[in-house]
Order: sequence, then structure tokens, then C-alpha cells
Amino acid sequence: MEWLGYFNYWIVIALMMIGFYGVIARGNMVKKILGLNVFQTSVFILFISAGKIIGGSTPILREGVTAYSNPLPHVLILTAIVVGVATVAVGLALAVRIREAYGTIEDDHIAEREAAEEKRESESA
Amino acid sequence: MTIVELSPFSMLVPLIAAAVCALLPGRLLPWLLAFAAAVASAVIAAITLPAAMDAPLSYAFGNWEPPIGIEYRIDAANAFVALLVSGIAALILPWAKTSVDHEVPERQGPFYALFLLALAGLIGITLTGDAFNVFVFLEISSLATYALIAHGSDRRALLAAFRYLIMGTVGATFLLIGIGFLYMMTGTLNMADLAQRLPELRDTATVRVALAFIIVGTGLKLALLPLHLWLPNAYTYAPSFISVFLAATATKVALYVLLRFTFTVFSPEYSFIALPLAAVLMALAVAGMVIGSWIAIYQTNIKRMLAYSSVAQVGYMVLGVSLVSVTGLTAALLHMFNHALMKAALFMALGVVAYRVGSVRIEAFRGLGKQMPWTLTAFALAGVSLIGLPPTAGFISKWYLISAAVESGNIWLVALIVITSMMALIYIWRVVETAWFQQPAEDAAAVTEAPLRLLIPVWVLVAANFWFGIDTRLSVGAATAAAEALMSGIPGGTP
Repeated sequence: MEWLGYFNYWIVIALMMIGFYGVIARGNMVKKILGLNVFQTSVFILFISAGKIIGGSTPILREGVTAYSNPLPHVLILTAIVVGVATVAVGLALAVRIREAYGTIEDDHIAEREAAEEKRESESA
Repeated sequence: MTIVELSPFSMLVPLIAAAVCALLPGRLLPWLLAFAAAVASAVIAAITLPAAMDAPLSYAFGNWEPPIGIEYRIDAANAFVALLVSGIAALILPWAKTSVDHEVPERQGPFYALFLLALAGLIGITLTGDAFNVFVFLEISSLATYALIAHGSDRRALLAAFRYLIMGTVGATFLLIGIGFLYMMTGTLNMADLAQRLPELRDTATVRVALAFIIVGTGLKLALLPLHLWLPNAYTYAPSFISVFLAATATKVALYVLLRFTFTVFSPEYSFIALPLAAVLMALAVAGMVIGSWIAIYQTNIKRMLAYSSVAQVGYMVLGVSLVSVTGLTAALLHMFNHALMKAALFMALGVVAYRVGSVRIEAFRGLGKQMPWTLTAFALAGVSLIGLPPTAGFISKWYLISAAVESGNIWLVALIVITSMMALIYIWRVVETAWFQQPAEDAAAVTEAPLRLLIPVWVLVAANFWFGIDTRLSVGAATAAAEALMSGIPGGTP
């Protein structure tokens, strides 16, 4: 049952692959953004796992406690979460603008219109 | 205030100015503040460079002593890159006023605020000596860049921005994973500290995987073939000013991050000799040079042609790195500097054409040489620098690159550099030929020369291309010092 000890790392790998698959395979832009978010979250868990110390207490200085969890990964991930939220916000905002400009957020439909646009441009020239 | 205390303001001035800039109304005030901030940043970077070339400067942020606190460690390499980034920003802003008024007429306060954020992020990446800080600044500059690209007037700008966001975020997250692995193994994020602790862990799989993640992450930002797919559309549909800024600075900073990690954090002996990274980078660089130039020849949109040319030029820089010698690194850093000058001049000349004609497709150039002689002459002269003929800056960096290739005994690389330069000649010649030797279309509206406030900055950069082709003391001196600092392993340490 040794592999169970690495439970959190298995979760990290699973989430990372699910998210990455979503980014690559999905045509819908909102789903792509969600996949990206899952992908990023898996990295957050990876960092947090690294901060855990077996038998360690919460990192607050007090009497009777000798082993503390490492607080630094938590702080780093707090920053990374802010970055992740900002990325999702910018991505969704772009998706809204794309919807306004093209009337769809499906990659395939947009690719068709883009090709038509390119063709028209080179014909008019 | 000493130079050490002054140095972080190169990043802080644009960062703080960005917050103010977002609130400013109208068209004049935001531009004025952005210009003032960029000039201040460039002046500070210029003061820092000579001091950093003597001995590395170390600034502890918030007075938290490194390696616990965030350290700004400035040696010849990053002072050089910071000066390049802030200097280009200060040089192109006078030109930007007219172009941005034309292409982004509304809400210029937030627009210039985003520009300042991108600038602060790029300078922050170069100055910091903390691995996690690199990721944070990378995301600051990237997020600002996505929004800036989306300001393009064509609706395809939105798609370009969205696709860049997806790829850029995956790249940045890869970098984060790499940094996470390094932290798990060493317990530190300070680059100098990492460099000291990594040698004893060099044979572990985790450290190898960390290096791989960092290379792929920065490779995406660097637009190293085959990770370049975001670049052509992003450059093509962004507002002219943003194309100029990104082409001149963004990929350069990514190259710096690659150098900093492979040379300083992991020593060159580890990255290039223990692992086959040099061979991989050389193969990708050569592929980038040939394929980038090849695709550029067939483009009908001149902005996209220059974007593919950038992919090829990134290949030259990475080729210099992959030779792993002081000459090769000098060539890479020199080409980074010179390429910023020539691509800025070329994209600015294109921006002037876009301002007057409204299109940058090849058909729009017919007969333009007679109607806009100053603009097109500037384009042609900057093109000469891109091809690499003497007495231009482009010749100097190609000369160093060829010397490095000969030094390493790879004569076939010399032939390849000459062939890809010929390909650059072909795609620049297409524009020149169309502009001077073809008649304008019958129904084309008459076009007059652009106003002086657009032409003068373009010509300043064209003149810089020739200046740094003749007087190479600053560029070669700083590039050599930077290459030696990187080769010595620990930043600023003795070889």
C-alpha cells in the first residue's frame, strides 16, 4: 500500500492531465479556460504538498511544539492563486469580446470565419 | 542614495506610474506620464550598468536579508538587458503618441497603464535574483501583454490575444513547476543559493525534470520553434506600437531568463555537457532560422512577414547560446541588442505606413517609394541591418556569430547563417521592389509623406542601427562583460 502514501501526488498528476487535455481537446473557449485553471490548480497542490512535514503543526510559534509545517509554499501559492484568478479573468473577458465580435466562442466556427476573411482579403487585393 | 538603492527604481517607477496612469483622463496626460516613467527608468538603468559591470550589486527588498528575502542581484548581464528594455521603451514612446491616437482613440489611460505594467514586469524579470519572483513578474508582463494585443483594431486581434493567453499561461505554469521542483530539492529560491546547492543534487531525476520544465516554459515565451505558434498573429494584429515594443523586448527578456537558468542556476557544465541540451537547442535554433525565414518569404502581410523573421532571429540568438562559449554568448547577447534596434525600426516604419495607408499588405506598398520616400528608405535601411550587411549593427552580430561557429569547428553553420541571410535579403527585397518598381493601383488614393513627429523617431532608430554598426564600444563591451559574467556560473563571480 506504499503508493497510497503518494496519494496527493497522484492527484496532482491526474488533475494536471485532465486540465491539459481540456485545454488541448476542447473547442469551446470557456472550457479551455476552465481546463487551464484545473491545470494551474494541480501545480498549487504540488507546492502545498511540498510544505507538509509529517507530524508538523501549523506554523504559529507557540510553546510545546517543535515541528512546524513549512509556511513558505503557502505564501508562494497565495501569490500564484492571485495570478491564476487574474489569468482566468483576462481569459473570460477576451472570450466575451470574441463572442461580441464573432457571435460564437467555438474554435471550429471561428476558424472557418477566419479562413473566409483571409480569402476575401487576398481576393480584394 | 547610492546606486544600489537606486537600481530597483528602474522597475518601481513604471509599476507605480501604471497605477496613476490608469486614472488619468484624456489623451495627453497618460502618454506624458508613460513617457516620463520610461525615461526615468532608462536613466536609472543607464546609471546602474557601469556600476554593475565593475561588481554585482545586491539589493535586499524590504531589508529582508537574502536568501530569505527577495534579492535584486544586478550584474553585467541583467543590467544590459534592463537598459535595452527601458531604453527601447523611452525611444519609441515619442513615436507612439501619434500612432496610438490613430489606432486606439479611446480610453488611453488604461492602455498606457497596461503598457507601463508590461514594462515594469519585463524589467522586474531581468533584475530579480529570486526564482519565484521571475514567475510573478513574467505573469505581470504577460497578462498586460494579452490585454494590449487585444487592443488591435482588427477583430482577429482578440483571437491572437486569446491563443497567446492559453499558450503563455501553460508556459508560465511549466516554469512554476520547474521552480517548485528546485525548491523541493534545495529549500531555497534565491538563484545564487540555488547555484551553490544544486551541484550535489545534480544526478537526481527531479533536478533534470526541473530543468526540462524550465526550458520548455521559457521556450514558449521565447517563441523558439516549434513553440512559436502564438507569435505571428500576436505581432500581426496588435496595435503598431505594441508590435514594436513586443518585437524589440519581450522575446529578449525570455532569452535572458533561459540564459540565467541554464548558466547561473544550473551551471553550463550541467546544462550543456552533462545533459544534451546544447544539441537540442542547436537543432531547434537551426530549424527556426531556416523555417522562419522560409515562411517569411511567402507572407503577403508585411507585419506577419516580420513576425516570422523574428522567429528566425530568435534562432540566431539561441544558436549563439548553444555553442556554449564566451564568443557564442557574446554573439547571442549582441544579436539580442541589435535585433531589438532593427526590428523596432522596421515595425515603426510599418506603423507609419499603417498610419498613412491603412494597410500593411504587400499590395498596399505599390509605388509607395515615390509617395513616402523617407518612410520607405528608413524601412529599406533597417532591412539592410536585418540582412546583416556592413556597416550596420546586424553585420556586427552576424560576424560574432560566424566567429563563434568557426571557433567551435562547425563550418556548416557558417554556410547556414549566410544562406538564411540571403533569405532575409529576398523578403526585404520583395518590399523594396514593390515600393519602387511597381506602379500604384489605378484606384489607389494619393498618399503623402507622414508627419515629422512620426518620421524623426524612426530615423533615430535607423541611425542607431548604423551607429552601433560602426562604434561598437557600448554594445560589444557590455555584451562581452555580460557573457563573461554568465559563463563564470555564479552571478558576477570570477571565472
